[in-house]
Amino acid sequence: MTPDLMQAGAQRLAAHQQRVPAGGGRQERFRRAQAAGEPDFGNGVALYLDDVTVSFDGFKALNALSLAIDVGELRCVIGPNGAGKTTMMDCITGKTRPDSGRVFFGSNIDLLRLTEPGIAQAGIGRKFQKPTVYEQLSVFQNLELALRDDRRVRATLLARLSPAQRERIDEVLQLIHLKDEAGRTAGLLSHGQKQWLEIGMLLVQDPKLLLLDEPVAGMTDEETERTAELFLSLEGKHSLVVVEHDMKFVDQLTRGRKKVTVLHEGRVLAEGTLSQVQNDEKVVEVYLGR
Amino acid sequence: MTGSLLGVRGWSAVAASTLAIVVLVPVLHLVVPPDSAFHLGEFYVGLLGKILCYAICALAMDLIWGYTGILSLGHGLFFALGGYAMGMYLMRQIGRDGQYRMDMPDFMVFLNWKEFPLAWAVSDSFVAQMLLVVLVPGLLAFVFGWFAFRSRIKGVYFSIITQALTFAAMLLFFRNETGFGGNNGFTDFKRVLGVPLNTPGMRVFLCVLSGVVLIGFFLMSRAIVNSRFGRVLQAIRDAETRVMFTGYDPVAYKLAIWTLSAMMCGVAGALYVPQVGIINPGEMSPAAGIEIAIWAAVGGRGTLIGPIVGAFFVNGAKSWFTVAFPEFWLYFLGALFIAVTLFLPNGLVGLAAQLRKRVGAR
Repeated sequence: MTPDLMQAGAQRLAAHQQRVPAGGGRQERFRRAQAAGEPDFGNGVALYLDDVTVSFDGFKALNALSLAIDVGELRCVIGPNGAGKTTMMDCITGKTRPDSGRVFFGSNIDLLRLTEPGIAQAGIGRKFQKPTVYEQLSVFQNLELALRDDRRVRATLLARLSPAQRERIDEVLQLIHLKDEAGRTAGLLSHGQKQWLEIGMLLVQDPKLLLLDEPVAGMTDEETERTAELFLSLEGKHSLVVVEHDMKFVDQLTRGRKKVTVLHEGRVLAEGTLSQVQNDEKVVEVYLGR
Repeated sequence: MTGSLLGVRGWSAVAASTLAIVVLVPVLHLVVPPDSAFHLGEFYVGLLGKILCYAICALAMDLIWGYTGILSLGHGLFFALGGYAMGMYLMRQIGRDGQYRMDMPDFMVFLNWKEFPLAWAVSDSFVAQMLLVVLVPGLLAFVFGWFAFRSRIKGVYFSIITQALTFAAMLLFFRNETGFGGNNGFTDFKRVLGVPLNTPGMRVFLCVLSGVVLIGFFLMSRAIVNSRFGRVLQAIRDAETRVMFTGYDPVAYKLAIWTLSAMMCGVAGALYVPQVGIINPGEMSPAAGIEIAIWAAVGGRGTLIGPIVGAFFVNGAKSWFTVAFPEFWLYFLGALFIAVTLFLPNGLVGLAAQLRKRVGAR
């Protein structure tokens, strides 16, 4: 490269830097958000799926699915078996790559470009259908690993819990009613307790969006009710997507007012309050057979 | 919860074993006269030194298998690579004392080579060669692990390809053209850093050094598994998808512990070679890698002391069996492995806890 070319390049670069406003500007805000890995919720949408299709050997698990979840919203997703609920979660969390379509977190984070850990770090937490905890570690250690903190190898080698972090874990232990079991090996917990522990792990992770796949499966009525209360207390601060079969639980969560989405054959069949969709002819047909 | 590295009992055990290795072994071998009943014979010093090296391998295996849940059958390769790096230096130290009285090692003279192959470029420098002892196994493990873990190769598939890698390396080292002495490997070592190897003092020194390195590695491993890093490893073992969806990248964690484990094996190999006086491609045989896994399993995976106990127990039994009933050793080893798998899921170390539970239940 000749000196005059290099100089010309340097001048262009300087001119460009002057054009970029220091304080605001849509582009600059976008760039700052990108760099920080923070989702931009400026337009009020937390999660946006657009025309997402996933097929397994020709079977369309998701068929041009479009869905938007608002910031702070608690959305219940119901649907018969094989409707694509879990596949939808897989697409959002990076476990499955769609054949086509777009998945955005906020207005700026393209989830299809991130890895599973990257998506989790961006602020999406997921609870599996089958409770998944670290069986050989104690309840406390399970929560400690989920704690929002630096996830890099070198950081974890030297990590110490700060008093604030310890307090946060204690708080969540209280919330999930496992305070007395903190030192117990997680593998020894009951099924319902494991569900709660996994929910607790999501809470200390402090995600902006929580995806909960059948969170009350295997819980007693009392535990189910407490879970509903917990989720309702999170509403507003976090966005939640709850996939559930248990209509009673859905009713507790939506209290007849909130929007419920019915999935069928990989697409949205109906949206509306629980009673609206329960009276929808198409929905009745799908659930009861024609 | 981050506690201290060891409890009072743990530290006492470490102190006692350090004392035994550093004081007792030299005194019993060098000071106590050979006709005394307390004299530790040359054979036993050598055996102890060897088993200490094996115990380092078993400890390294435990970090990757017991704690991270990845069974490697390639640790024999890393052990041998460390041994070869040491062996190259020892070959250069022979100088003109070989059969041919030449500057180059005998096997090169025999093959009529006029200059050293590239791999031997720094072989006359002790420091450089000692760096290679950790760098060569480390680099190989890193590159191999990077591809394998990134491709999400897991479980038995990973075990098989590590074994294939070891086997391929063995075939490579068997060839004379590779420049590592072919199937004869390296032997006839004379000295290290100018000091003769075949003296009682040197024997004891190498044995003590192996023990000190083992204890050092034990404490290091203890610090690792007690850190949050160590708990992420155990989490990967128990529920890897959960780890991913919690935001940890399992590839980085696996790669880190895998590479470290390989380097530890390399160090063990480098300590082993001057004590046994030979290194050849036989050390890379698939059976050697499987044996390391057996030590860890017999002693108890997922506890750091278990694999060390296992290495001592199995190799102690081996040296007794191969003298008393040489033809039955492999049957015994097989039976032992089956028995441990069926009845002692937590190995010999877990046996004590199992017994206590049983007594308590009555």
